[in-house]
Amino acid sequence: MIDISGVSYAIGKAQILKDVSLHIPCGQITALIGPNGAGKSTLLNLMSGQEPLQTGTVSVDALHIGQTRPRDLALKMAVVAQHVGVASRLRVRDLISFGRWPHNQGRPTAADHTMIAQALDRFDLNALADRFLDEVSGGQRQRAFVAMAYAQDTDWLLLDEPLNNLDLRHASRLMAELHRLAREQDKSIVIVLHDLNYAVAWADHVVAMKNGALAFEGATQKVTNAENLSALYDTDVRLVQTEDEVFVAHHR
Amino acid sequence: MLRTRPYLLTGLALLILSGVSIFIGVGQLSLGTVWHDPAALQLLWISRIPRTLAALLVGSSIAVAGVIMQLLVRNRFVEPGTTGTSEAAMLGLLAVTILAPGWPIMAKMIVAACASLIGIAGFFALIRKLPPDQPLMIPLVGLIYGGILGAAATFIAFQADLIQYLGVWMSGEFSGVLAGRYELLWLAGGLAVLAYLAADQFTVAGLGQKASLSLGLRYGQVLTLGVVTVALVSSLVIVTVGILPFIGLVVPNIVSRLMGDNLRQTLPVVAGMGAGFVLLSDIIGRVARYPYEIPAGTVFGVLGAVVFLWLLLRKPHA
Ligand SMILES: Nc1ncnc2c1ncn2[C@@H]1O[C@H](COP(=O)(O)OP(=O)(O)O)[C@@H](O)[C@H]1O
Ligand SMILES: [Mg+2]
Repeated sequence: MIDISGVSYAIGKAQILKDVSLHIPCGQITALIGPNGAGKSTLLNLMSGQEPLQTGTVSVDALHIGQTRPRDLALKMAVVAQHVGVASRLRVRDLISFGRWPHNQGRPTAADHTMIAQALDRFDLNALADRFLDEVSGGQRQRAFVAMAYAQDTDWLLLDEPLNNLDLRHASRLMAELHRLAREQDKSIVIVLHDLNYAVAWADHVVAMKNGALAFEGATQKVTNAENLSALYDTDVRLVQTEDEVFVAHHR
Repeated sequence: MLRTRPYLLTGLALLILSGVSIFIGVGQLSLGTVWHDPAALQLLWISRIPRTLAALLVGSSIAVAGVIMQLLVRNRFVEPGTTGTSEAAMLGLLAVTILAPGWPIMAKMIVAACASLIGIAGFFALIRKLPPDQPLMIPLVGLIYGGILGAAATFIAFQADLIQYLGVWMSGEFSGVLAGRYELLWLAGGLAVLAYLAADQFTVAGLGQKASLSLGLRYGQVLTLGVVTVALVSSLVIVTVGILPFIGLVVPNIVSRLMGDNLRQTLPVVAGMGAGFVLLSDIIGRVARYPYEIPAGTVFGVLGAVVFLWLLLRKPHA
């Protein structure tokens, strides 16, 4: 469980997060949703220790963020940032193999190689394995970073808008893969999503942020209703139920 | 097979260049006679071999310093010569030459290294606020910063009547290298080897502070190690042979184009190619206007510019 308690965050005079407290359950997919600038990325960065906490506390299972050695944290959670801009020229395979770094500190074992091969497979990157990161498309690069986090093989996986730039097939495949990880390997996943259809279809739990504060949270079926979502985005949002699926409609 | 070719080519080139370097120069040496002729052997041990080793050590260590700096700053266009590092080292060297001229060379080098550390810290402070989406801002600010430090050095040197020293430090050349006067450079070579031990750390750091944190890297430590390495290498090179500009810029860029940025794989080639280019420049400098010498730094200014342009303009192959 991730336990966030009384977290506020300010940049200069701007209050970015206001007293956020919530629990994120284990072994499930939690979707973090909300309008642009709501503070989703900031919250994710604080949860993963990538930005220092100002007020409040965060703990991931038994580890307290800010008091845990970086390596121990890296064995606990993997993070894919919203902007994966890279200045360095690494091959896709090399990038993914750095996902094993917290485990092997640069001395890969057979198990590491298996994990890397699996990551290449699962994210459809075999054909790109020997390409440089700056010679693949944005979506392909994003998949490489997700594959690196996958190879890190941690209990927690935090992803900030990983579907950006992904085509339909790879977006669905990624969500299905995350679903499989949660069900089969009991991994816990926190994912920032903009397309509510993916949230409704795949997430077990939803956390909604607005203006730096928690808007609502709970089991997906309970909280994703037209009223909540319309208020969250200040836009008319309808839920359309077909035989076996729910669609979120807001385009017109 | 493909993966070992760069190492073999670099090694072969270094062997050939070293051979040429040892047997070329004002005093004639030939493979046949050198072993029987004590004067020739003397020349070999006192001058030719030290000179060749100095060029190899300088070239490899400044190329390594350049690539470390590029990964830590996450910018392709920085090196000690474009970020004020060398100029800061010269300021330190000037200070110690004026205030404590009697100190041994090692102490002077350490003062220079401390000054260049301060110089790098100043550079990092300057670029912290620069927009990350405008990569050319960083080398521009670095050049201006270096220009200001360089101007300060010139002013102080002028006041203290030490302009000659400045000239010596600023143009890297190997004609003065003799046994007993270059051995400090082994330290620079040692630092390059140490850097290789931390190659993975530097590569991860090159992914950025956040990405490296999420992989559990102690980013602060790696940054410190890298910056200290760069400062020491720059200072060691300046006090022994003088600044050789652009090697640290051109060589890592060539290697990055061809092989990428995974230092575990590329650092030996970076070091080898740096060594090769400096040695080649020194050889050309010795034969171009024989019996006069052109400083290796000057030769590389031309050579490096041509190679760099070719690199920028050539079509990337699929
Ligand atoms: N460096 C910064 N300085 C000032 N404000 C910032 C900075 N970074 C982000 N913000 C503000 O913080 C708020 C939350 O940003 P973010 O967490 O990235 O939102 P989200 O990921 O939900 O779109 C936004 O209003 C954004 O403008
Ligand atoms: Mg965001």
